[in-house]
Amino acid sequence: MTASTPRTLFEKVWENHLVQPETQDKPAILYIDLHLVHEVTSPQAFTMLRERGLKVRRPDRTIATMDHSTPTTPRNTAGIIPVIDTMAAAQLDIMRKNCAEFGIPLYDLGTENQGIVHVIGPEQGLTQPGMTIVCGDSHTSTHGAFGALAFGIGTSEVGHVLASQCLLQNRPKTMAVRVNGRLSAGVTAKDIILAVIAKIGIGGGTGYVFEYMGEAIRELSMEGRMTICNMSIEGGARAGMVAPDDTTFDYIAGRPHAPKGADWEKAVAGWRALPTDDGAVFDNEVILNADELVPMITYGTNPGMGMSITSAVPDPDKLSDVSQKIALDKALRYMDLQPGQSLLGKAIDVVFLGSCTNSRISDLREAAALIKGRKVADSVRMMVVPGSQQVKAQAEAEGLHEIFRAAGAEWREAGCSMCIAMNGDQLQPGQYAVSTSNRNFEGRQGKGGRTFLASPLTAVAAAVTGVVTDPRELSN
Amino acid sequence: MEPIRTFNGRIVALPINDIDTDQIIPARFLKVTDKAGLGAACFSDWRYEADGSPKADFVLNKADYQGAEVLIGGHNFGCGSSREHAPWALMGAGFKAVISTYFADIFRNNALKNGLLPIVVDEETHKQLISLAQEDPSSSVTVDLETQTVTLPDGRGVPFPIDSFARHCLINGVDQLGFVLAQDDHITAFESSHPGRVQTVPG
Repeated sequence: MTASTPRTLFEKVWENHLVQPETQDKPAILYIDLHLVHEVTSPQAFTMLRERGLKVRRPDRTIATMDHSTPTTPRNTAGIIPVIDTMAAAQLDIMRKNCAEFGIPLYDLGTENQGIVHVIGPEQGLTQPGMTIVCGDSHTSTHGAFGALAFGIGTSEVGHVLASQCLLQNRPKTMAVRVNGRLSAGVTAKDIILAVIAKIGIGGGTGYVFEYMGEAIRELSMEGRMTICNMSIEGGARAGMVAPDDTTFDYIAGRPHAPKGADWEKAVAGWRALPTDDGAVFDNEVILNADELVPMITYGTNPGMGMSITSAVPDPDKLSDVSQKIALDKALRYMDLQPGQSLLGKAIDVVFLGSCTNSRISDLREAAALIKGRKVADSVRMMVVPGSQQVKAQAEAEGLHEIFRAAGAEWREAGCSMCIAMNGDQLQPGQYAVSTSNRNFEGRQGKGGRTFLASPLTAVAAAVTGVVTDPRELSN
Repeated sequence: MEPIRTFNGRIVALPINDIDTDQIIPARFLKVTDKAGLGAACFSDWRYEADGSPKADFVLNKADYQGAEVLIGGHNFGCGSSREHAPWALMGAGFKAVISTYFADIFRNNALKNGLLPIVVDEETHKQLISLAQEDPSSSVTVDLETQTVTLPDGRGVPFPIDSFARHCLINGVDQLGFVLAQDDHITAFESSHPGRVQTVPG
């Protein structure tokens, strides 16, 4: 390859991190700039280090937080967030012990920087363009919004990175996801990504890294770009990226770990060289028109089973592929929905506003603006779970918590909450929820629970009406 | 890890597309801090009634399929979460291989790291295996990792692709982390020429 060969953003970041290139019979050895660690997927990796007498190679490029099995129950009168589950408490204690023993900084439960792992990285300025970032969590793709190559790994690989700061990786293929045009009022980043996944299917991106591009992506805030990159994995892609631009740099500037002074100027100059060159070639491409998008909602049991909120639930009998027909039939039985049915007007029990997809300050601002002066329907429980303690503090400084509380919603502590349903926050069997999270798999939000994935605006519209509602009806 | 070369195992079919890792092992079982005991929770929500009794009509509960070691799953097996608890649970439930038309990337990596073979076959073979498993629970296949072949009961050998390095490691019992750590000179050289910008440890 000559220096003048046009390269994609992915190729630049990939090639910048090759300790050893890929060969015929060996994968590449890829250097990892930042390793995010949480309590659920790391204990067995630390055990392996201990068994083999290994140290953490770069604790200074590692950061830990607690989010998955962490309660989001409001603090008690002593200011403590109570952990009532003994297994979860033990897991949190092991995280503390592992971090202390191996010298890894930890944002502990109840401290000012704790939060969902994919919220705190960007918030602290740790997530920067051109970096390689991994975590034992599939939604690590979130950090790609900054032009980083960020992907989820398993616990064995968590151990590899702890011990060596490297991963064995085969080079993925690239797919351009072009979103042309501009979004209409009431349509958000969440609707873009739900539409992308509905179009390509839950496995459509398998083997690829996405690069999101086009006018609609450029116009999004960093939070919106994070929402989109977050759900790349729901389309099967381990990573999704957005080229860094002034929106990116403005977001990073001044954050605790952002470069300062002359280092900042140097960093930005480097970041400006990252975007995909004209003429660079992608292995595949998908195109969407933002002008045509309306609010999206899922009807089934994977994130690819999504549609315009004004559409009807599809009919399994109209599918030609037998396995797809079986899958849809199974999903509709689980969801207790009928083919041809509209979801508009469907009664719901719970609204969950939170998760690494939609729990950032702009999500809370948008939701608060729509719910202000309205009331959560008597039949609905609405949980608002900020993504981090920093988001929570910012929201409280702006009075957003009072708006949610006045509407009758619960204002909770930071964590994954009802997105993962292993921390006390969960649906009861048979309940329907409109959730701003990322997965509607069977039982994902609690055994027997049924999830409609949607944007924060659609979630608020459902909360105040008690039924699935097009948020544009409210905005008007 | 013990080297894996070839084995013969009975097959059982779960011909459902997009089986996600939340079904393989629901999140509420992820509060463990070791790998033991996850087999009992494998496919928990499909396998057990609310009172904990086994669902009689779920294939993995049927007497004829006890001891099956090769799971035939639908397309896009293992999508969703990165939890390595999924292959741990499948192995805990006695499986040595999963056969599908394709696997989610993270699941495939996690499976290979643990010696659970993710075997990709064409659609025709896939359909044939599902029929075989459903019609005759005593059906078995022979998986040969060295020749990358799965042999059906009728003697037909079907080649399957598998990551060459992972295959090499599994056949020879090579420790992947040991391989990476042996590259220490290269890693150190990379670090000297690529100073990082981010420091998580204060001052």
